[in-house]
Amino acid sequence: MHNEHTNQHFQLRIDNGEYIEAKDYMPDGYRKHLIRQISQHAHSEVIGMQPEGNWITRAPSLRSKQILLAKIQDEGGHGLYLYSAAETLGISRVELIDQLHSGKAKYSNIFNYPALNWADIGAIGWLVDGAAIVNQVSLQRTSYGPYSRAMVRICKEESFHQRQGYEIMANMMKGTKEQREMAQDAMNRWWWPALMMFGPHDTDSPHSSDAVKWKIKRETNDELRQKFIDKTVQQAEIIGLTIPDKDLKFNEKTGHYDIGKINWDEFHRVINGNGPCNKQRMEHHIKYHNEGAWVREAAEAYKKKRLAKQLEIA
Amino acid sequence: MAKDTQLDLWEVFIQSKSGLPYVHAGSVHASDAKMAMQNARDTYTRRGEGTSIWLLPSKNIVASNPDDNEMLFDPSNDKVYRHPTFYVMPEGAKNI
Repeated sequence: MHNEHTNQHFQLRIDNGEYIEAKDYMPDGYRKHLIRQISQHAHSEVIGMQPEGNWITRAPSLRSKQILLAKIQDEGGHGLYLYSAAETLGISRVELIDQLHSGKAKYSNIFNYPALNWADIGAIGWLVDGAAIVNQVSLQRTSYGPYSRAMVRICKEESFHQRQGYEIMANMMKGTKEQREMAQDAMNRWWWPALMMFGPHDTDSPHSSDAVKWKIKRETNDELRQKFIDKTVQQAEIIGLTIPDKDLKFNEKTGHYDIGKINWDEFHRVINGNGPCNKQRMEHHIKYHNEGAWVREAAEAYKKKRLAKQLEIA
Repeated sequence: MAKDTQLDLWEVFIQSKSGLPYVHAGSVHASDAKMAMQNARDTYTRRGEGTSIWLLPSKNIVASNPDDNEMLFDPSNDKVYRHPTFYVMPEGAKNI
């Protein structure tokens, strides 16, 4: 009875456009949804460092190597902002990492695809970060305060990522025939997975309705996907890239681009663990997490020793 | 092997420009103050966001309870004399 009353009060606060803070009353479903969404988002930032890290030693110039290093450091930072936001909901970092390793928590499907050549680094920055930005800009107004604040910080940093990727693509399109073919090949491979990043269509999305009611999500999967398509088509055109979709057409009536059918069978195949790199990504994370354990243990031992010394002096 | 603790939680406050207040930026994990400072610098000030950092262990933060909001943050509308507009100034008085 009391609980129902407070759930009503909670919804009233949401409807009034208030932000919810860590110690405020929130329904269990709201807390669970946030932990799932924020941790998935954090894991994606961290796992996303792998396909790019693969190219640090092979970046074609010192300039591009420095930029790539800075970008990957940002991604790690974004993961940390988001883990912190998730922790305010009462889950520990250890549990979050355990859930990633056990497969209970997911990360964005897109990082199960390999970065095969330098053009892929361009396509990842331009298309993958571009799609992520559309989603993140919308999430700046999410109803949970700590998540919203993390998003504001992340959005400030992400636009550099998208621009560096687009610059790589634009430069390759001004290069040799082989370079132009590489860029188009990367476009062909990343376009559809980038569209899938927004998740299933609204009619098939299991978590969407609560998330919209609670204003965790401010726009639906399809609305966000459409925004990304509408702004990306023109960017592809002016550097001479072709969108790999023969059904792509501007719809005069709606003012938006219509696209062909998304291959959701592939999406489900990859998300269920059968993508090109699922196994590799997880093994890499587990290996380096475990190999770093001694550093954390040494830091704890050092802290204890210092505390003991202070007590002796006192 | 000891349980993996992921170290202690610290809250980070950043002053973006000299003279401005310190604003909460987020949290970091670290085993001691020195590591916390390094991590806070790397995590929250990569683009000149700050000129100074304050850190404190999260467990030492005392926060108000949202259930007490009514009691603590009542707007005190009955105490209008706390606002300057409550007072009647003599006609013609300037700079007050």
